[in-house]
Amino acid sequence: MPTTTSTDAATEIRPIDPYLAKFERFERQAKHPAWLFPLRKAGMARFAELGFPTPKQEDWRFTNVAPIARLPFRPAFDGDAQGVNSEALSQFTFARVPGPRLVFVNGQFAKELSTLGPVPAGVKLANLVAALASDPALLEAHLGRYARIEDAAFAALNTAFFQDGAFIFVPDGVEVPEPVRLLFVSTGKEAGATTHPRNLIIAGKQSRLIVIESYFGPSDTAYFTNAVTELVVGDDALVEHVKFQGEGQESFHIATLHGQFGRRSRAQAHSFALGARLSRNNIYVKLAGEGLECILNGLYLTKGEQLADHHMLVEHAQPHCASHEYFNGILEGKSKGVFHGRILVQPIAQKTDAKQTNKNILLSDEATVDTKPQLEIYADDVKCTHGATVGQLNDEAIFYLRSRGIGLDTARQMLIHAFAGEIIDRVKCEPAREELDKLVWDRLETNPRLAERK
Amino acid sequence: MNQPILEIKDLHAGVEGKEILKGVDLTINAGEVHAVMGPNGSGKSTLAAVLAGREGYEVTEGGVLYCGQNLLDMAPEERARAGVFLAFQYPVEIPGVNATYFLKAALNEIRKANGEPELDAIEFLALVKEKMKILHLPEDFLKRSVNDGFSGGEKKRNEIFQMAVLEPKLAILDETDSGLDIDALKVVSEGVNKLKRPDNAQFVITHYQRLLNYTIPDYVHVLCDGRIVRSGGKKLALELEEKGYDWIVNGELQPA
Repeated sequence: MPTTTSTDAATEIRPIDPYLAKFERFERQAKHPAWLFPLRKAGMARFAELGFPTPKQEDWRFTNVAPIARLPFRPAFDGDAQGVNSEALSQFTFARVPGPRLVFVNGQFAKELSTLGPVPAGVKLANLVAALASDPALLEAHLGRYARIEDAAFAALNTAFFQDGAFIFVPDGVEVPEPVRLLFVSTGKEAGATTHPRNLIIAGKQSRLIVIESYFGPSDTAYFTNAVTELVVGDDALVEHVKFQGEGQESFHIATLHGQFGRRSRAQAHSFALGARLSRNNIYVKLAGEGLECILNGLYLTKGEQLADHHMLVEHAQPHCASHEYFNGILEGKSKGVFHGRILVQPIAQKTDAKQTNKNILLSDEATVDTKPQLEIYADDVKCTHGATVGQLNDEAIFYLRSRGIGLDTARQMLIHAFAGEIIDRVKCEPAREELDKLVWDRLETNPRLAERK
Repeated sequence: MNQPILEIKDLHAGVEGKEILKGVDLTINAGEVHAVMGPNGSGKSTLAAVLAGREGYEVTEGGVLYCGQNLLDMAPEERARAGVFLAFQYPVEIPGVNATYFLKAALNEIRKANGEPELDAIEFLALVKEKMKILHLPEDFLKRSVNDGFSGGEKKRNEIFQMAVLEPKLAILDETDSGLDIDALKVVSEGVNKLKRPDNAQFVITHYQRLLNYTIPDYVHVLCDGRIVRSGGKKLALELEEKGYDWIVNGELQPA
């Protein structure tokens, strides 16, 4: 006889079942190359095995994704542009940045809104579906080779279900002069509307590339974005990746950047998290060649009941590499910030120089931050430092500004802006930096809480 | 114009219930330079802090009039807008706040409060370049963040530079000479001297007499244990230099 005590077991099983059912249907319908199926199947199997993470797992201790597991699963298979036009896009951040643009609406490539050129000869810029048809060998060699799914349920889920995304390939020695923008727009009006964007970016040896990847959506829907980006930076290449998460306030956003960086390369990955009710940014990079330098740089601004989580893994797999992580958070309301920075130094990686800082400003008494550095060092000649701070605005600095005639509110805004500016200033792409700067200013100015006295 | 710029009357003030100033009386008129000297712990910095409106200091008795207004009722920014300037003993580093942006905002707040039109970027830059010459500041100064990564000397010069741009009616210089080598000291005092006008006043707080070799005070006051124990002319500073503070602290001083 069924009793109410079976509810627990039922809710544990329920999250996975619809995914399996949808996968079987999806598998039959998708018109993809044969080699892709084993990859997808492995993703599905892995997700079925792992299930949604729970706070009992160390990597998810501070971020409970139960609200995502409880959502009805409505993968967007047949999305259309749903009234999204270029005018609508012009309101989004980076609209004024010049250069090529790939737009995806509800996970589907919106060709009429996209501009694939001009790019230098040899550069391949396409949506993934088109690239699977035109460059199957190149994709087979790279797709899914960098994203770890063994212990990552969401990356596994993405691998099972991804529909489309961007493919960028820059041949050796080529510089792409203008930034390439990848714009993901959700328009879903139903809770659980889900997209799995999948991007593959390959920058050849001595190439130069700037990519701006951004996410937006409606403010009142509990939709879900589960993105994976694989980024390969060749030897001596110079790559800047800017990710901007400006999703709607009720949405859920999980994204993973899997980077593999080559010898003497210079890679910078920036993450700006302003939107979503719950966002989790996994940034997993492997320093796979000697003498490289990478910068991982991020800013999260949260308010209300938002949660923004950055989960980092920097693997020093070769000697003489430098990795610098800078993450600042500005938290208001009852919002929550999470930073987990793991640095793994392999035995071979002597002369590693790894630095990590996470600084947080709490603008309300109810905002909280969990910050956790984790150093695992298996080499003996390395320099690894980490530091985390959680606090209020510096009273001394406020007094200094006021003593020059600047009012309290303006002084506070200046300091908050400066704190955000530390991160924004590291973005080298000037038009992107200017937009980010303006965006943060707008956000601070429209926020009445900032005008409050302590 | 007989009204004094600053009138401190029987000022008692302290921190966390501990009385540090125990009845300070001092009047500063327009066109005057006053120096307050005293040993460590005599209350010099407390006096500067109370005048600038720093939080955490409690005034228990007495009062301060600035151009006839009750200074202690004013917020720090109101004091600044009314023409009070404190050159900090330890100027604060504010990474991320651009020096030009900061100073332009400050100047325009002050101008607005005085009913003067705000300066635009071009007017401001012209003004600033002229003032920079007084302090021998490098051009890139304006592009940097406020005091960020500055040497001790640069920070002090920046204080006087700000003073030059903001043109206060009352400038309070808190230990501006500390941590300066002789060349920087000369530059700073020259700057201070050039800013002296018949309608403003300078209030120099210092432990050592050496700044007073370059910035000649009209009056010297000796602060000791929270009270002004002696006032005199420039010669008093030299006497202190020669004999040290023990001369006063130990009560060997006889009324002149």
